[in-house]
Amino acid sequence: MFGQANVLAQGEAAFPPSVEDFYLPSILPWGAHDSYWFTKITAMVWIAVGILIIFFLASYRKPQLVPTKKQWFAESIYGFVRNNIAVDMIGHAGVRFAPYFTTLFCFILLTNFFAILPFFQISPNSHIAFPAFLAVTSYVLFIYAGIKHHGAVKFIKNSLIPPAPWYILPLLIPIEFFSTFLVRPFSLAVRLFANMFAGHMLLLVFTLGGFAMLSSNAWLAPVSVLSWVMTIALTFLEFLVIVLQAYVFTVLTASYVQGAIAEEH
Amino acid sequence: MFLFAAAEGGTEHNPIVPIWQEVVVGIIAFAVLCYVLMKFVFPRMEQTFQARVDAIEGGIKRAEAAQAEANQLLEQYRAQLAEARTDAARIRDDARADAEGIRQDILAKAREESDRVIAAGKEQLAAERATIVRELRMEVGTIAVDLASKIVGESLTDEARRKGTVDRFLSGLESTGAR
Repeated sequence: MFGQANVLAQGEAAFPPSVEDFYLPSILPWGAHDSYWFTKITAMVWIAVGILIIFFLASYRKPQLVPTKKQWFAESIYGFVRNNIAVDMIGHAGVRFAPYFTTLFCFILLTNFFAILPFFQISPNSHIAFPAFLAVTSYVLFIYAGIKHHGAVKFIKNSLIPPAPWYILPLLIPIEFFSTFLVRPFSLAVRLFANMFAGHMLLLVFTLGGFAMLSSNAWLAPVSVLSWVMTIALTFLEFLVIVLQAYVFTVLTASYVQGAIAEEH
Repeated sequence: MFLFAAAEGGTEHNPIVPIWQEVVVGIIAFAVLCYVLMKFVFPRMEQTFQARVDAIEGGIKRAEAAQAEANQLLEQYRAQLAEARTDAARIRDDARADAEGIRQDILAKAREESDRVIAAGKEQLAAERATIVRELRMEVGTIAVDLASKIVGESLTDEARRKGTVDRFLSGLESTGAR
């Protein structure tokens, strides 16, 4: 928030915040508006990847039967996704997918968390590019798992033909196709993106709104303070959303995989 | 000063159109993350979990094996003890039987010996009696003949006659005694 306050102090930001507030100028080349290879957003993605790799490699360099505190922490993350998502949703076969789910969960959780981390304060997932490719990966994963498990024909049959009387199938098959193969990646991507986008927007509105009111009329100062208090409250709400959305994304991916490799429709 | 931008302001970017450079960066970064974590970290965690399960189950198995061995040894000792007891009882019984046998043998021998001694004594007695009877018979004959010759006054020296007379006399005695 201090970063934004500084930006405000320089009079460069406007109220109400707009979509453009999500697209910060490029870092390399410095200040360019149409270069996206190295921006704050991509830098955060790399930082997230680096943190996760270093954390897991460091805490699991020498695994022991009786874990150290760090090892225990790393194991609990994996154990949580493995037992409470993969095995719970898919059953014993889910252990195979647990490493990917854990990676996915950690990546989304950390990149989401940047939304409320001082000096980061925006989540890469508020740019739809990242949720989109994660959703496509999940989409490819569940189709691949289904085809590998059943074979292409049986997988498509299982996915498209619900156990219903034949005369209703002409209606159901397009619906199934639409919901399974068209809507799923979009809903996954848009859910995560929209939550992070809206969260950031909310924080911007309340933070910048405080400044806007303060500068327009000194009598509105108490309301400004209220606005900033709201920002703090919303930051807690945002934390809830961050964790929830990371969990939901992983659970939905697991659910799609489960549906794809399930024996019956 | 703060600018109040229009709501539609900033049409440079559309938030629901992905920026392809970001997609590329995201894919590469996420692929690197997946590669490292899924190859070097999580499989080792699975191994550790498995090793932990093995360690716990192995411990239980070892304890069970030790318990089983102890039970087996106890059984064995009990069996050996019972066997030893049986042996001891059998040895005692044998010894008792032997002693009884020996006693019986000694008794039998002693009885035999005593019977033999008694029989020998009886035999000797009979022999002595016969001898005495024979001597007595001769002496009684002589004395009787001497007495008769003294009474009759004539010496009945004729051997044959004398012997015949005495024998007749004795036979008469014996038959009288026997009647």
